[in-house]
Amino acid sequence: MPLPKLKKVRDVYLDHAATTYVIPAVAKAMAPYIETNYANPSSLYRLGRINNGAINDARRTIAQGLGTMPDTIVFTAGGTESDNLAIFGVAKANADRGKHIVSIGIEHHAVLHSLRELKKDGYEITFVPVDGEGIVKVEDIVAAIRPDTILITVMFANNEVGTIEPIADIGRAILKYRQTNKTIYPYFHSDACQAAGYLDLDVEKLHVDLLTINGGKIYGPKGVGALYIRRGVKIRPMIWGGGQERAMRSGTENISGIVGFAKAFELAQTSREKEWKRVLEIAKYLWERVQKEIPKVRLNGPPFGVNRLPNNVNITFMDVEGEAMLLYLDEYGIMASTGSACTSTSLEPSHVITGMGLPYEYAHGSMRFTFGKRNTKADVDYLMKVFPEIVRVLREISPVVLEEGKKHAKIHQR
Amino acid sequence: MPTKTKSKIKITNKKVVQKKNLKEEVDVRTPDGGGWLYSDIVKDHFFNPRNFMQYGEEEKFKFNGIGRVGSPACGDEMVLWVQIDPKTEKISQCRWRTFGCGSAIASTSALSEMIVENSGMKIDEALKLKPQNILERLGGLPNRKVHCSVLGDKALQSAINDFFRNTAQHSRVQTAGAKVIDKELNVTDHDIEEAVLEGAQNLEDLQHKLKVGVFNKEVIPQLEDLLRFYNEKYYG
Ligand code: FES
Repeated sequence: MPLPKLKKVRDVYLDHAATTYVIPAVAKAMAPYIETNYANPSSLYRLGRINNGAINDARRTIAQGLGTMPDTIVFTAGGTESDNLAIFGVAKANADRGKHIVSIGIEHHAVLHSLRELKKDGYEITFVPVDGEGIVKVEDIVAAIRPDTILITVMFANNEVGTIEPIADIGRAILKYRQTNKTIYPYFHSDACQAAGYLDLDVEKLHVDLLTINGGKIYGPKGVGALYIRRGVKIRPMIWGGGQERAMRSGTENISGIVGFAKAFELAQTSREKEWKRVLEIAKYLWERVQKEIPKVRLNGPPFGVNRLPNNVNITFMDVEGEAMLLYLDEYGIMASTGSACTSTSLEPSHVITGMGLPYEYAHGSMRFTFGKRNTKADVDYLMKVFPEIVRVLREISPVVLEEGKKHAKIHQR
Repeated sequence: MPTKTKSKIKITNKKVVQKKNLKEEVDVRTPDGGGWLYSDIVKDHFFNPRNFMQYGEEEKFKFNGIGRVGSPACGDEMVLWVQIDPKTEKISQCRWRTFGCGSAIASTSALSEMIVENSGMKIDEALKLKPQNILERLGGLPNRKVHCSVLGDKALQSAINDFFRNTAQHSRVQTAGAKVIDKELNVTDHDIEEAVLEGAQNLEDLQHKLKVGVFNKEVIPQLEDLLRFYNEKYYG
């Protein structure tokens, strides 16, 4: 098929919500702890003490960014582990108090599958529905609270469609609930992995008891994260051993990872407002051009603005399947992702798109582009050189013709 | 000792090699990013699909059989148009459209090539085509993509049935021999086959895939037998 031939094919990374590269400043901060300062931070000799100090510094940096004290920060091996620790740790430690947890259906799998696992142990989970943009209503969360509710977990920003949830409002409402009912439950956890690059994570303003953050989404190393645990929260460790991280997470510390993560977090937080403006321009530019140049498209998630991560563009291209689009884009060096069932191991379409009440056909043709530090409008220009033609070609070989309706897409036979 | 390696850089053989053993997992990705998720044949069919129905061709293309099938698996769909010479009973031409992933598109393209090459396949032969034949032609597919190749032979069957009906040969119409296993939930052996192709390995998966409640106790051994049978058939 006659697809555009490009003089120069280059790599264009538009998948920053999947993970980010490590930026030079972070790599530089990590370097000494890989080859030179290799000692176990628990060791008493000088090299061990140096590393212990480095971890303390990193902890202080993270704590400062979250507006809290260092002793509330536990380093883990990433966002997934932090989510697991928050959920299983609280569930196990408070089972005598209740076995009910409230969440939303568009959470990350790290949360969803942990909750599913808890169900097998007799916990009850209430998933509060979100609206067509993926936003949950504060009142709906409060209404779902029962006397035996021990935990509420709601993500700060959604990884697929960029929806920003009203975490501070939910936090305040939970606080009020606790005061009126004279209880310390339910605890409030939020996964802020996607939010860390763009939003204020002050835990006092957010009124969260537990907060998940990680390095791999904010230009830091992968496989390292942290869980903020408010003082006094009853929680049990999930990993046992030498008693590191005040016994909350045993195992020799990933020293270079932790140092890099802290550096990345610091940089992400100081540059977040500037970065917000910069990537938002690029994201809007892409959406404008797509609307102009490709028919039958739909922006999934909230409109650009306060309720949406500025770097996220999630578009459904009707009648085309996402994996096919990805494979074509890959030929041009363009990296993005899709919510199509065909790419997921379970062959289920994106639970986020369907969770917002959209039919699964919308998930099938959904493409996510997430911008980051190294992107400019030139990357959008590059993408748009080939993308309209790719969609056209795939539509030509597709027998499906969807009619965009309010709730349900109609399939027309061609 | 003479060293065998001349260069550190391995040049991947661009020649298309037919996979002999389809049971091997087909995933040709390499750490240098050089390989592809699918075999070279799949890739070729995907980027250069043969015989698909182009825009504006629908009105012109003459056909006497059409088959349309959809898979609940991941929502893929396929339409196949065939032109069968009533005298020779050979498929002289065909066109298709597919909504689905790379392997679904490649499978249809490969099938379309198989049925019209060498002056066309006889319909008796065509009816004997199995998903495995398409897989062989493609040099295999990754396990979880096997189900994408199944759509093709179903569409072909239904297109040929359509031809039989159009030519008043009703006795030749192949009735899909679906057997109801669980009467209450109306689960047939076909449903189980489909579920297995979508990755179901046990009763729990089956329940999940078919979105049904608890199975009738008496039929569970039968369900398990079929699960084993189809899993062996496709992945064994
Ligand atoms: S068509 Fe969905 S996985 Fe192949």
